[in-house]
Amino acid sequence: MAKTHVSTCINGQDAEFLCSPEQTLLEVLRDTLHLTGTKEGCATGDCGACSVLLDGTLVCACLMLAAEAEGHDVTTIEGIASGNDLHPLQQKFLDHAALQCGVCTPGFIVASKALLDEDPDPDEESIRYWLAGNLCRCTGYDKIVRAVQDAAAELRS
Amino acid sequence: MSQSTSNFAYAMPASITDTVSLLSQASSNGVRCQVLAGGTDLLVQLRSVDPDPRTIVDIKSVPEVSRVEVSNSERGVFIGGAVSAATMTHHEGLKAILPGLVEAAYLIGSTQIQGRATLVGNLCNASPAGDTIPALITNQAVCEIHGPRGARSLPVEDFVVGVQKNALEAGEFVVGVRMPHPSARTADAYLRFIPRTEMDIAVASAGVSVTLDDAGVCSAARVAIGAVAPTALLVPDAADALVGSTLDEASLAAAGRACTAASSPISDKRGTAAYRRKVVAVLCERAAASAAERARAR
Amino acid sequence: MTDAAQFKYVGTRPVRPDGVDKVTGRAAFGADFTLPGMLHGLILRSPHAHARIKSVDLSAALEIDGVFAAISSADFPEVTDSGDMGGEGGGSIKDLSDNCMARGKALYHGHAVAAVAATSLAKARQALAAIKVDYEALAPVMDLDAALAGDAPLLNEEMMTQGLAEPATKPSNIASRMVMGRGDVAKGFEEADVVLEETYRTPTVHQGYIEPHACLATVNEGGQSTIWCCTQGAFEVRSYSAAVCGMSIGSIRVIPSEIGGGFGGKTTVYLEPVALMLSKTAGRPVKMTMSREEVFRATGPASAARSTIKIGAKRDGTITAMSARIHYEAGAYPGGPVPMGCMSVFSAYNVPNLAMEGFDVLVNKPKVAAYRAPGAPQAMFASECIITELAKALAIDPIELRLKNAADEGDAAPYGPTWGPIGLKACLEAAKAHPNYQTALQEGQGRGLAVGFWFNIGFQSSAEVHVNEDGTVTVIEGNPDIGGSRASMAIMAAEELGIPYENIRVQIADTENAGYTMVTGGSRTTFATGMAVVEAARDVIGQAKARVAKLWQVDADMVEWRDGQALPKPGMNVEQEPMSFAEIAAKTAPSGPLLGKASLNARGAGPGFSVNFCDVEVDRRTGKVDVLKFTAIQDAGRAIHPGYVEGQLQGGAVQGIGWALNEEYVYDADGVQQNAGFLDYRVPVASDLPMIDTVIIEVPNDAHPYGVRGVGETPIVAPLAATANAVAEATGVRIRTLPLSPPNVLAALDAA
Repeated sequence: MAKTHVSTCINGQDAEFLCSPEQTLLEVLRDTLHLTGTKEGCATGDCGACSVLLDGTLVCACLMLAAEAEGHDVTTIEGIASGNDLHPLQQKFLDHAALQCGVCTPGFIVASKALLDEDPDPDEESIRYWLAGNLCRCTGYDKIVRAVQDAAAELRS
Repeated sequence: MSQSTSNFAYAMPASITDTVSLLSQASSNGVRCQVLAGGTDLLVQLRSVDPDPRTIVDIKSVPEVSRVEVSNSERGVFIGGAVSAATMTHHEGLKAILPGLVEAAYLIGSTQIQGRATLVGNLCNASPAGDTIPALITNQAVCEIHGPRGARSLPVEDFVVGVQKNALEAGEFVVGVRMPHPSARTADAYLRFIPRTEMDIAVASAGVSVTLDDAGVCSAARVAIGAVAPTALLVPDAADALVGSTLDEASLAAAGRACTAASSPISDKRGTAAYRRKVVAVLCERAAASAAERARAR
Repeated sequence: MTDAAQFKYVGTRPVRPDGVDKVTGRAAFGADFTLPGMLHGLILRSPHAHARIKSVDLSAALEIDGVFAAISSADFPEVTDSGDMGGEGGGSIKDLSDNCMARGKALYHGHAVAAVAATSLAKARQALAAIKVDYEALAPVMDLDAALAGDAPLLNEEMMTQGLAEPATKPSNIASRMVMGRGDVAKGFEEADVVLEETYRTPTVHQGYIEPHACLATVNEGGQSTIWCCTQGAFEVRSYSAAVCGMSIGSIRVIPSEIGGGFGGKTTVYLEPVALMLSKTAGRPVKMTMSREEVFRATGPASAARSTIKIGAKRDGTITAMSARIHYEAGAYPGGPVPMGCMSVFSAYNVPNLAMEGFDVLVNKPKVAAYRAPGAPQAMFASECIITELAKALAIDPIELRLKNAADEGDAAPYGPTWGPIGLKACLEAAKAHPNYQTALQEGQGRGLAVGFWFNIGFQSSAEVHVNEDGTVTVIEGNPDIGGSRASMAIMAAEELGIPYENIRVQIADTENAGYTMVTGGSRTTFATGMAVVEAARDVIGQAKARVAKLWQVDADMVEWRDGQALPKPGMNVEQEPMSFAEIAAKTAPSGPLLGKASLNARGAGPGFSVNFCDVEVDRRTGKVDVLKFTAIQDAGRAIHPGYVEGQLQGGAVQGIGWALNEEYVYDADGVQQNAGFLDYRVPVASDLPMIDTVIIEVPNDAHPYGVRGVGETPIVAPLAATANAVAEATGVRIRTLPLSPPNVLAALDAA
């Protein structure tokens, strides 16, 4: 079967890969590029565990063909920290105990980053609606919302 | 195992002409072909109900399909076939004149889905519960279709012909939808009911557009309902109940009753038929009240 | 008991040791493992909810290029062991085996019937399509009413009900009955001024962990196996897989990955024995991951239940008698949470006359698995609703009625033992005093309250404390960290050893690198494994002190351990400089490494009570319930890391809210689940919820060195009744069947 050659930029680095036409970006990230920080929770866009940024826009990697990434910038959880410095969102998730099992956490952090990039001072309701596509079954969301609020405050200061 | 000879393929044509010729060629060769815009319905279907190979035609490189035009002229409002919900919710011009349509687009899925899902994709998917379809119908939207025999236009209410069936013929695709620029003191609203606050498919929905005269009397109205019949329905009786009134409680309730009367819902995992019949009236009343308030403010 | 004020680390909120890996995507979960030459395994699942399997023909699948193995139940040894599996999920090893791969009959839609391993998922799918199974479809039995009907089709034609007063004379779908109680309930009801009797129902729900089951298994030519998987208990995976595959326990090594939620649903096995057999057949490693749909159709769920509760009380609120008749759906094989339901249903009240009767009933749904306090949410939904209904009937405040009858230290628990110190009254008093309980409600709003309870368990755990050359410490234990338990282990070790928390690394080891440790479940980890960590720390301190005493040429009891150092006991007249772990390790190297260890069977788990209350608003025209405020109060014994204790209270509250409001399995007439995905199986999303306010009560459990009770399960129990009681207040209409979904609520409002 003919594979498609795709040139992208992933986490600031040029990346090329071959994929089948029907392969999703999630499959290529995890299985071909070994970027396993992006998780599969449902593969139907209902849980947000595979959240990535495509040219800064928040998307589910399970709902995009890998071929569609041609010429675009992809940011995954592996690209959120700068060098050894955690992003304030990552630090605040830790400080607030905003994760329990941690499997939804990469998706939440990527989604929250997209929110704060767009709105540096979201209120609780905006945070909750923005993150409604990210399911967490452990925390009841309380500490996640607080971590995002706290990270937003730090980023604004 | 006849499928073993066919494979998946991915194509990204750069013009309307190329898209039409790709689609027509495939159809005359008996190759299954499907247009990809946002992909949020297509990829779910590939994953579950319909995994068979096909040629996927990604239209996002066609310049026309990414356009949003808002004009006071006869050209009206145009939203291209690959314009995402997120683009619409960020478009101040659209939000100002078609708040109900933008609300409907905003209700499609999560923030993540919004980033990909398109208005026209939601329309072409032709789900009885598609959020944007009633909102498009209330705004008199027309599909601009290109195909091997050239261009044609079709009102949205005629475009959706059944459960997940649209009126596209072989080789055709929707370049965009166009609708009139709302006149002064005209406003729309769209409401749907879901059990949660987000992430659900509409159990019932209603879109309403009203025009007020200088005395605040409703001079024109359109009401469309969703998820209560095989396709979204334009409900003239509900509009008639509104026209001539000041959009008082009694006329809103009458419009609601007309929606209930027009619906023929099913019972399924999302709600019972009886529940849908009741709630569609509530949604119509509330959406009409919201549209009225907006029109008064204009 | 050490006083809280004396603690340096216990009760603080440090960043969890595994935190950075979990916020950067480094942490490896079940599906993140690969091996060279790995094959992909898939399962063929029954399209029928109930069918006889007449034949399975794998030959066409095996002919496909790239397909290395195709197996069915005929390839598994026939397991005859009908002994209990133990743990929170019940059932026998034979049933476990048949649940992993259907033998003779497929008992639910999605039941595994065959499996394949191939070089790619596409080839594996092709192979599944080539397998020919001949079924004889049978009528499915989809709920309790259908299962109990006299002419009901039988799932197991040979099953005779156990535990009946008179031995059963013919087979039925009732696997077992149990009765418990005390006093004389007939007399108790006679003495009552008010008697209520009502029936309550809860639906089938799923644990809904975000990470689907996944494993990677490899069997070498010598018969030695390794499994990487996401599980709550690596040792259970090892013993269950050994039993199902006919292998020895010692030949299997299980390496637990990070685990993306479990809530009881990952205490058993589904894929692991299948992957082992595929790998053994194929001679290559085999990876298997479930789709979300498979998770819904073939794992979990929690029992649906029907509970009829009778309660009698004097006019002053003194409860004279309570009785419960509870039927639990077991799913396809016996093992519903009947004992736990009967034991917990009236746990909160000190009532002289009690009668509990429970039934375990087979239906054509997946075999139920443990779900957070298994059995208690269903049973206590009923008992905590009827208590509030009683309060209304007697015009007594619901907290006062509960306080009047609340169980306390020294009272006999309904299931036998005498309560030690318990925090129920303290939780009720805290609720009464909480500002959220004082706020005024608006029109259309209502406030509801309920009590929750869980036993908590102890049992077997092991731990090691290794002192490294530089004085840093590695703690080795065997409980997969599902909610921050590494942090609590490190805190307890830091407290004991007197060294900084940051100097301790906690390793969750595999079955060949940690001593036997029971499952992360039963709210046992911080209690039992925590006890082992404390004991291992004390062991290493004892060794360090002995070595120092030898160096100083004094008696061991002349050395004390404080702030991470050995120093002369005051008043012993020993002139020596304090010695740290690093110094001791260096100076006593000839005696070998400093390594403390403990293996124990932890006794005296402390029961946990909670009180939850919430405010809701109901849209009377659509039936939609919004939760406006939620307060969770719970006795933790001692909160080692309060942040993660609050997290348990909040997460349990939200799972309970989901159970109360919208979660349920929806089936069609053929027994096919209609909502096997997160789109239509509606777990709460962030925008559905308010902040979840918490109050941690600390009534220490004497059996644990720091007073820990265990906190993970109690939080899911109270929210069901709290929410239902709030909806009843808001609407004036009592709904006794969950979920309180908009169509159900509107129908009830319209009928009232």
